[in-house]
Amino acid sequence: MDSTAEGLAVGEMLRRHGISRRGFLKFCTATASAMALPPWMGVAMAEQLHGAQRPCVIYLSFQECTGCLESFTRSFAPTIEQLIFNVISLDYDDTLMAAAGSHAEAAMAKAMKDNFGKYVLVVDGSVPTGAGGAYCAIGGRSAIDTLRDAARGACAIVCVGTCSAYGGIPFAHPNPTEAWPVSAIVGDRPIINVPGCPPVPEVITGTLLQFVTTGKVPDLDEQRRPKVFYGNTIHDRCYRRPFYDEGKFAKTFDDEGARNGWCLFELGCKGPTTYNACATVKWNGGTSFPIESGHGCIGCAEPGFWDKGSFYTPQSGAVWGRAGEAGLRSVVEVGAGAVALGAALGVASAGMGRAWQRRSAAGERAAPGNDDIKGG
Amino acid sequence: MDLLGFARGPGFWGAFAVFCAGVVWRIVSFALLRIRHDWNRPRAGLARSVAGGVLATATRSYPHREFIGRTGAGEALGYSYHLGLFAVVLLFTPHIAFLGGLVGLRWPGLPSSLITVISVLTVGLFLAVLFRRVTNPVIRMLSNFDDYFSWCITMLVMATGIAATAHIGARYETLLAVHVLSVDALLLWFPFGKLMHAFYIFPSRALNGGLLSRKGAAS
Repeated sequence: MDSTAEGLAVGEMLRRHGISRRGFLKFCTATASAMALPPWMGVAMAEQLHGAQRPCVIYLSFQECTGCLESFTRSFAPTIEQLIFNVISLDYDDTLMAAAGSHAEAAMAKAMKDNFGKYVLVVDGSVPTGAGGAYCAIGGRSAIDTLRDAARGACAIVCVGTCSAYGGIPFAHPNPTEAWPVSAIVGDRPIINVPGCPPVPEVITGTLLQFVTTGKVPDLDEQRRPKVFYGNTIHDRCYRRPFYDEGKFAKTFDDEGARNGWCLFELGCKGPTTYNACATVKWNGGTSFPIESGHGCIGCAEPGFWDKGSFYTPQSGAVWGRAGEAGLRSVVEVGAGAVALGAALGVASAGMGRAWQRRSAAGERAAPGNDDIKGG
Repeated sequence: MDLLGFARGPGFWGAFAVFCAGVVWRIVSFALLRIRHDWNRPRAGLARSVAGGVLATATRSYPHREFIGRTGAGEALGYSYHLGLFAVVLLFTPHIAFLGGLVGLRWPGLPSSLITVISVLTVGLFLAVLFRRVTNPVIRMLSNFDDYFSWCITMLVMATGIAATAHIGARYETLLAVHVLSVDALLLWFPFGKLMHAFYIFPSRALNGGLLSRKGAAS
């Protein structure tokens, strides 16, 4: 977007912007710290960034709500300004860029051509495939065609948000647009998933920064999420965890337990099965996160979170997947049929058993010396 | 559907249906069998026989002084791990959430850390019970596949539960799925093995006590 900066190394460009060496080092150290990287990574990051060209980043938005981009713009360390003016060259983002229409599409085409094989593709939103891809089209092209075209020249794809990482809400049952995550469509490029609905701002910018400064895909878990941010469950890092261990739980959202900040497990908190950095990095510059605000985690960084039943059913609830139905009703439905079947089988078995008892008793009576046996 | 969804969705409900049907089948088929008529004149009336049955249920549930040297250790082990099991199953908050979701009731639980301690102790007692079974020649001779398989499946539930709580070996949801699957397996096996003693033990003691009272034996 900053055409005057084209071709300049990051260090030189920062110098021209009046940023001191000390300020630059502080920025790198703070960023490494925010990403929970070891202190020496701040220095390594500074060295790498100083001589590096600003990598081209293309940000595509498909079937999404723009919540992820809203989150992206609220990063505190690094800030979105620091990132897009100093570290990366955000060459296309149809929401943030000033250009529109054919000019915007031309900018993307030029960026893809000039940086073929080197640009980072950021995707936000799922990709609808129903009706020939007509549910989401930009500049007259369907999302799936745009994605395939853009992915061809990308050195890596960063899927921002649960929709692009796992399909998200559009992918949820009944999935009317036949939406898919990016990984179902692109199979020949490194994919880094940054799920969340939306993801933590610093997790988005931190992942991007880590990739562009090291040039390497970070360590990923089996869901292709950076381990540095998604290595622990929210439950493990939750400040309410001691209450879980003590067996102190809020029973409703306005009871004494809730007011005392007790564990929200019984109110459906999905913290134990959700891997994300909410409890450590938090939101709004480390102000708080949903559990701190009194609501349980809804597990938005996990695949299929929208189809996993009620957000208010406890994690170990037996009626998981039957949102809105009472457990007792399920027990009665399943149990009554089974009990009736068991009773019928029991009567049949007892009938066979009694027949066997009769035959056995008759045999005993018929045996020599047992004439005195009268009954059985 | 992922493994956890299957384990506590179709897997659980299928196992629950088999459990209900199997238990009722075993109880009904047993209850409807004909008891050989006792032609002897009863030494006690119906009321005393019933009282004798209740009394026998109680008196046969604790070690008697005469046999305490021989049976005391086994009974102490048995009671200890059963109490441990009850505490873990009924007083661990995630279990209360599970069972409470089924029956529509909630009750207070014990602190999770205390449950962890009880779980580990119960597993230790389970191992001691197995050790006793394989080292005592009489018990070993009386044991069959059913005994060992029932032990294994109960132990599996305990071990996977501890692993899930302590996050040992895999991701939490994977461990939770394995734990719930092991519970599903236990429910499937329950009616067909010696785990049915949970339903038979007290009625059989009462019946024996009642029949013996009728013959004039003290409970």
